[in-house]
Amino acid sequence: MKHTISVLLQNKPGVLSRVTGLFSGRGFNIESLSVAPTLEADVSCLTLVTLGDDAIVEQITKQLHKLIDVIKVTDISEFEFVEREMALIRVKAEPSTRAEILRICDIFRGKVVDVSPKSYALEVTGTCDKVQAMIDILRPIGIQEIIRTGTIAMTRASKKY
Amino acid sequence: MKITGAQALLKCLEEQKVDTIFGFPGGAVIDLYDEILAAEKLTHVLVRHEQAAVHAADAYARVTGDVGVALVTSGPGATNTVTGIASAYMDSIPIVVFTGQVPTGLIGNDAFQEVDIVGITRPCTKHNYLVKDVNDLVPTIREAFHIARSGRPGPVLVDLPKDVMASKLVFPEPQQVKMRTYRPTYEPHPGQIEKACRAILRAKKPVIYSGGGVILSNAHEELTLLARTADIPVTMTLMGLGGFPGTDPLSMGMLGMHGTYYANMAVANCDLLIAVGARFDDRVTGRVDAFAPHAKIIHIDIDPTSISKNVKVHVPIVADCKHALTAMNTWFARSDEFNGKTEKANHAAWLQQIGDWKTAHPLGYVEKEGVIKPQFVVQKLHELTGGNAIITTEVGQNQMWAAQFYHFNHPRAFMTSGGLGVMGYGFPAAIGAQMAAPDRTVIDIAGDGSIQMNIQEMATAMQYKLPVKIAILNNNFLGMVRQWQELFYNKKYSATPLDVAPDFVLLAQAYGAVVLRATKPSEVEPVIKEALKTKNLVIMDFVIDREEGVYPMVPAGKATTEMLLV
Ligand SMILES: Cc1ncc(C[n+]2csc(CCOP(=O)(O)OP(=O)(O)O)c2C)c(N)n1
Ligand SMILES: [Mg+2]
Repeated sequence: MKHTISVLLQNKPGVLSRVTGLFSGRGFNIESLSVAPTLEADVSCLTLVTLGDDAIVEQITKQLHKLIDVIKVTDISEFEFVEREMALIRVKAEPSTRAEILRICDIFRGKVVDVSPKSYALEVTGTCDKVQAMIDILRPIGIQEIIRTGTIAMTRASKKY
Repeated sequence: MKITGAQALLKCLEEQKVDTIFGFPGGAVIDLYDEILAAEKLTHVLVRHEQAAVHAADAYARVTGDVGVALVTSGPGATNTVTGIASAYMDSIPIVVFTGQVPTGLIGNDAFQEVDIVGITRPCTKHNYLVKDVNDLVPTIREAFHIARSGRPGPVLVDLPKDVMASKLVFPEPQQVKMRTYRPTYEPHPGQIEKACRAILRAKKPVIYSGGGVILSNAHEELTLLARTADIPVTMTLMGLGGFPGTDPLSMGMLGMHGTYYANMAVANCDLLIAVGARFDDRVTGRVDAFAPHAKIIHIDIDPTSISKNVKVHVPIVADCKHALTAMNTWFARSDEFNGKTEKANHAAWLQQIGDWKTAHPLGYVEKEGVIKPQFVVQKLHELTGGNAIITTEVGQNQMWAAQFYHFNHPRAFMTSGGLGVMGYGFPAAIGAQMAAPDRTVIDIAGDGSIQMNIQEMATAMQYKLPVKIAILNNNFLGMVRQWQELFYNKKYSATPLDVAPDFVLLAQAYGAVVLRATKPSEVEPVIKEALKTKNLVIMDFVIDREEGVYPMVPAGKATTEMLLV
């Protein structure tokens, strides 16, 4: 099963490698990972997506929590949450396909961020699935390069006010 | 007044009440060594290999219950410590290892004797640090000791660049360590304690499965009280030996791969398993789905990651063993529902059953005319030391025979590399133990293979006049591996006969140690007696039955009831 795990950690050298080491040490792959500082400059938030059996993910979550530099670990997939990912996609653009590309971009509420005589670079934001869907549709036209940020996620505020 | 980093480190050691460190010098720590001579309250033990420094610090910690300390230089000095650190990590032993490092300006430059030891040891330390600014030095060292000794203990490494040791700082006032992200849970949840106690009241066939955590948290008295109050038989892991008196009628000895028949049968048939400070290691459980299959499981452990890791637990209790057991004892003392007599009556049939198993297959061996059996040697060592020696072991058959036949009645008397199984642990550990307890008898029960892995430490023992006793169970084989080959690989003894072996008599003489050799059963007792009288490093070379095996044995991956017996 896919798990989205959010980790608050001290913003110090080596901390990221302690986190990823828990995965690599168990022969586990990390699908995506993104880290940046939070409101507090010395605290970072790391969001990672991994595929794995629930028991193993539970064990990794506990191990993450045990790391001295980790403040908080949440398996976001256990809650209602919003997730976003951004991708930059460079597509081959020929006179015959330029309009088509722009239309697809529009449907996915993307933006053109770079234009050349032979290509468009598009920016798209959304859930991982949406980004993937846009990539799949553009693929036959000729994708030259893709850069994805990896998922970031946040639990929804409680509905009880 | 400003002092140097090196001086500050020594002040920190004094603040942490460290009186002994084990180390080996080199260029990157030369500033520190320059100060060490002046530190009057500190004894520095010069080992002959850095791995030994760490094992010695490990055993020092196990005997004293406090943090053991090792100091080594950068590069090769640091990499030589890795095995020792990994062993301490697996066995949750509190040590702090200081490694020298190249000057901060050269880090990352592939400088002479530079190695990223923080990177290398990240997965085998509880935590580690590179100190890049001299002003961080003292708080870091305080944190290192705090982390090593608190919660689930473990090794912490502090990497010290040479320029940081030479830089000046104002020594900060002593301060309580407070960490935002690290606060281990010591107190158990009262609701869980009640659940556990009620489960004990309901159980007809309970078993306590006690591990190294009981020893680390000094909970042996509380455990003994609980077992005797509620009349529960106890089995111990390799790391847990001594946590409950081995000669008590309720003791079933060790469980697992080389556990007793009755301990393994009791676990397989119990209706309640009370795991205390143990981690359901595969050498204990065998095939996991056949481990305590009928039991409700209570698990007390300070480390939440240990709980439900390998075996699903019904009553988890995250707490220090001592605190949790105290709470359980208090619950029973106050409860109207609990009556010792009723409880004894309830367990009578169960204890009878265990007694029957014990009669059917006691721990034993087959005697052979004129040949020394290793088990006999360990029994004699037990008898002639009154069970009061500190025993360290190497790894292999020697380790298992020691665990099976030296019935430990006290905690902190058995030192073995349990989780990592490091051949070469026992002798340096004996040196560390003897430094910690100069008046005790310290014996390394060794194999002829393992002893060669850190044999160079004879010089250390001689230099510090440590009367350590080494009892080599000499089978001229890498015996444990040979046993597996005998049983599972058609007796194809590939690379296990030690065709060329040193003459231990000549070897020990070269270092000025005393050597005693026994080749017949009748010589065993006189040799041990003589060794115990000797105030010098002694090697006892027991030439034992070459192909003796360790039994019972649960083949790897089998259920613990599928034991091969004597
Ligand atoms: C450093 C290290 N290398 C290899 C092993 C694998 N190993 C486990 S037991 C053993 C044989 C030990 O031989 P010896 O010390 O003579 O003990 P015996 O089993 O004969 O009592 C070996 C090679 C190990 N545990 N540690
Ligand atoms: Mg041997």
